[in-house]
Amino acid sequence: MLRLARGLAQGIPSRIGVRVTKSLAVALHPGIERAKVPRSRGIRGRTAEVSEIQPEGGRPLPPLEGARPEADAVISIDHVTKRFGAFVAVDDAHFDIARGEFFSMLGPSGCGKTTTLRMIAGFEQPSTGEIRLDGKDMSRVPPYKRQVNTVFQQYALFPHMNVWDNVAFGLRATKVPKPEISKRVNDLLGVVRLAGFAERRPGQLSGGQQQRVALARALVNYPRALLLDEPLGALDLKLRQAMQLELKRIQRELDITFIFVTHDQEEALTMSDRIAVMNEGRVEQIGTPEQIYHEPASVFVAGFIGMANLLPARVDGRDGELAIARVAGDHFVRVEAAPGVADGAEATLMVRPERAHLRVDEPPAGLIGIPTDVVDLVFQGPVVRFELRIADGTTLVAHVGPEDDLPLLRPGDRVWMCWEPGAGRLLAPSGHSAPMPGVDNTKELSTIVRSHQ
Amino acid sequence: MADVNERDDQGRKQARASPWLLLAPGVVFLFLFFFFPLFTLFQMSLSYRPSRFEDPVFGWEWSNYSEAFSQYGEQFSRSFVYAGLATLAALAIAYPLAYVIAFRGGRYKNVLLGLVVVPFFTNFLIRTLAWKTIVGDQGWVVDTLRWIGILGENESLLRRPIAVVGGLTYNFLPFMVLPIYVALEKIDPRLVDAARDLYSNTWRAFRKIVFPLSLPGVFAGSLLVFIPAAGDFVNAYYLGSAKTTMIGNVVQNQFLVQVDYPVAAALSFVFMAIVMMIVVVYSKILGTEDIA
Repeated sequence: MLRLARGLAQGIPSRIGVRVTKSLAVALHPGIERAKVPRSRGIRGRTAEVSEIQPEGGRPLPPLEGARPEADAVISIDHVTKRFGAFVAVDDAHFDIARGEFFSMLGPSGCGKTTTLRMIAGFEQPSTGEIRLDGKDMSRVPPYKRQVNTVFQQYALFPHMNVWDNVAFGLRATKVPKPEISKRVNDLLGVVRLAGFAERRPGQLSGGQQQRVALARALVNYPRALLLDEPLGALDLKLRQAMQLELKRIQRELDITFIFVTHDQEEALTMSDRIAVMNEGRVEQIGTPEQIYHEPASVFVAGFIGMANLLPARVDGRDGELAIARVAGDHFVRVEAAPGVADGAEATLMVRPERAHLRVDEPPAGLIGIPTDVVDLVFQGPVVRFELRIADGTTLVAHVGPEDDLPLLRPGDRVWMCWEPGAGRLLAPSGHSAPMPGVDNTKELSTIVRSHQ
Repeated sequence: MADVNERDDQGRKQARASPWLLLAPGVVFLFLFFFFPLFTLFQMSLSYRPSRFEDPVFGWEWSNYSEAFSQYGEQFSRSFVYAGLATLAALAIAYPLAYVIAFRGGRYKNVLLGLVVVPFFTNFLIRTLAWKTIVGDQGWVVDTLRWIGILGENESLLRRPIAVVGGLTYNFLPFMVLPIYVALEKIDPRLVDAARDLYSNTWRAFRKIVFPLSLPGVFAGSLLVFIPAAGDFVNAYYLGSAKTTMIGNVVQNQFLVQVDYPVAAALSFVFMAIVMMIVVVYSKILGTEDIA
């Protein structure tokens, strides 16, 4: 479902969209034209047409010549810690962001995502560690000498300048020749579909239009990476969804690295190539949206992204690849374990509500199940949402579709909540999840990203 | 049905009337104590005195105005030059001060603002007399300047234009600090971040963002200093000499010493007209309505 939705989102051609002019794309990536790269270039190889889905499946694509040197890191966060007095805002963050990637930092407020972004922009200095842009240490480089640009949370448009002057601001500062400025500003206003608004003041624009001016103002400088600090937070839901697709389109067309900070998991899942989930200053997990959703590395990640049933469990042993865990009293289940789950230790079993099935009878071998009481059920259209209680009082949720073919159930009835062995996952308690998959993995990155096409 | 319409009509009438009701006290006050006296003053400016000891009589006496121009042109221009210099000096002192309080004040913001206002707790006259003591011949300022050699052995600061301009600056400085502070304080610091993000160093960010956005404060502050400074007579009286007489001193002298009300009234009107012209030109140059 998720995969389908993502495919669709990317397949929708921009209805009234102005396509990026060829000259603009060439200016951004001088190698493109000569190299004659196929349309589906780049580490993602994700394309605008659904029909172009490639037959290789999970196999890595052959390296592309010319378009990019390789899938190398634009930005390296190298063991960066940021302290404000005694408060540790960012705790030993360590990851790379690849060229052309849509990278999100996701977490609740105060998790350190904005601080990390501000360190990349240069507004804050790391207490320890190093931030590299194209391999060069940025520690002593002020913001105005860094080839990155930011889209600020409330846009921070200059209220006393019109749209044109706002967008041209960075180019004028770097003494770009006038004709070049005027060409680039026009191009970008076209990209963000504000061609007719050059003379307006920010105060005369709607929130969505201001947002697009902020985007143009940053992108017109052809930054090495675009930093976006919760740029959609101030928009209403409809506009936010439209802008998500819009952002994705612009990112794909300009092929610029986007680093996107958000607390909205749906937003991150919709747009990102990879997501770094952060909590209390620590990076809990880095991975593709699918990895984050299906294979969370910690309880925090499981709970923060989507809905998850979390059951206290004890690891009882191993059965080959799988762990054997005891849940809900005396039920032994064989289940995949996240890294960091130790034998004999406390752990948490996660089952997503949509992966759960209900059965009236005890499930056959090969299906894992625990007995529950129905507490409540709500018809929600495509699924029925069941609230269930197990012996120790934990409440579980199951989203049950019509394929389960159940008799009429009422609160108080006994049912078995079941799932396939691969649907559950055993998680270590939060904060003990190291080593994480996907951290410091620029080499693996291309494989990971390709494998989920 | 008709009843409802009637009530509706009444409501609408009330809604239309309420702004006028709210305005009424102010309008009445202004009429009684500003427009009416202004009219009387205007009448007075066109009157003549049959003799030194009789009351003035109205008679379209335009010669009062020509006398005001021809006899006191020097004092007029001196007033506006002094007021202009005091405004510039106040701006030069107040802008950095307001800037530091607004952007670097942190939790001491209100304390620092309080300190700016503290001189107002003292009477205007007392402040001017204090300034006279400070820059007086026996004061430490003159001592220091003589010691450095900027002032000669027998030179002093008092009775010179610089003392008057200094006094005006000193007395009206808070009127410059407060509006500029308010304008600066309103500026979103993220705008400065945005400018720095867009390849502007601190100086360019100030020139292109902070300063233009603070102009309404500069405009308001300049007017609040310039207008009362131009009309002031206390500073010139206590700190200056016969060579630093300002138009305020002339008006005061005409009204209270010469008791020549018609000329004094004409002087007042000329002064008002010039100030209004200056304000209009100034607001055109700064184009404030555009920013606000």
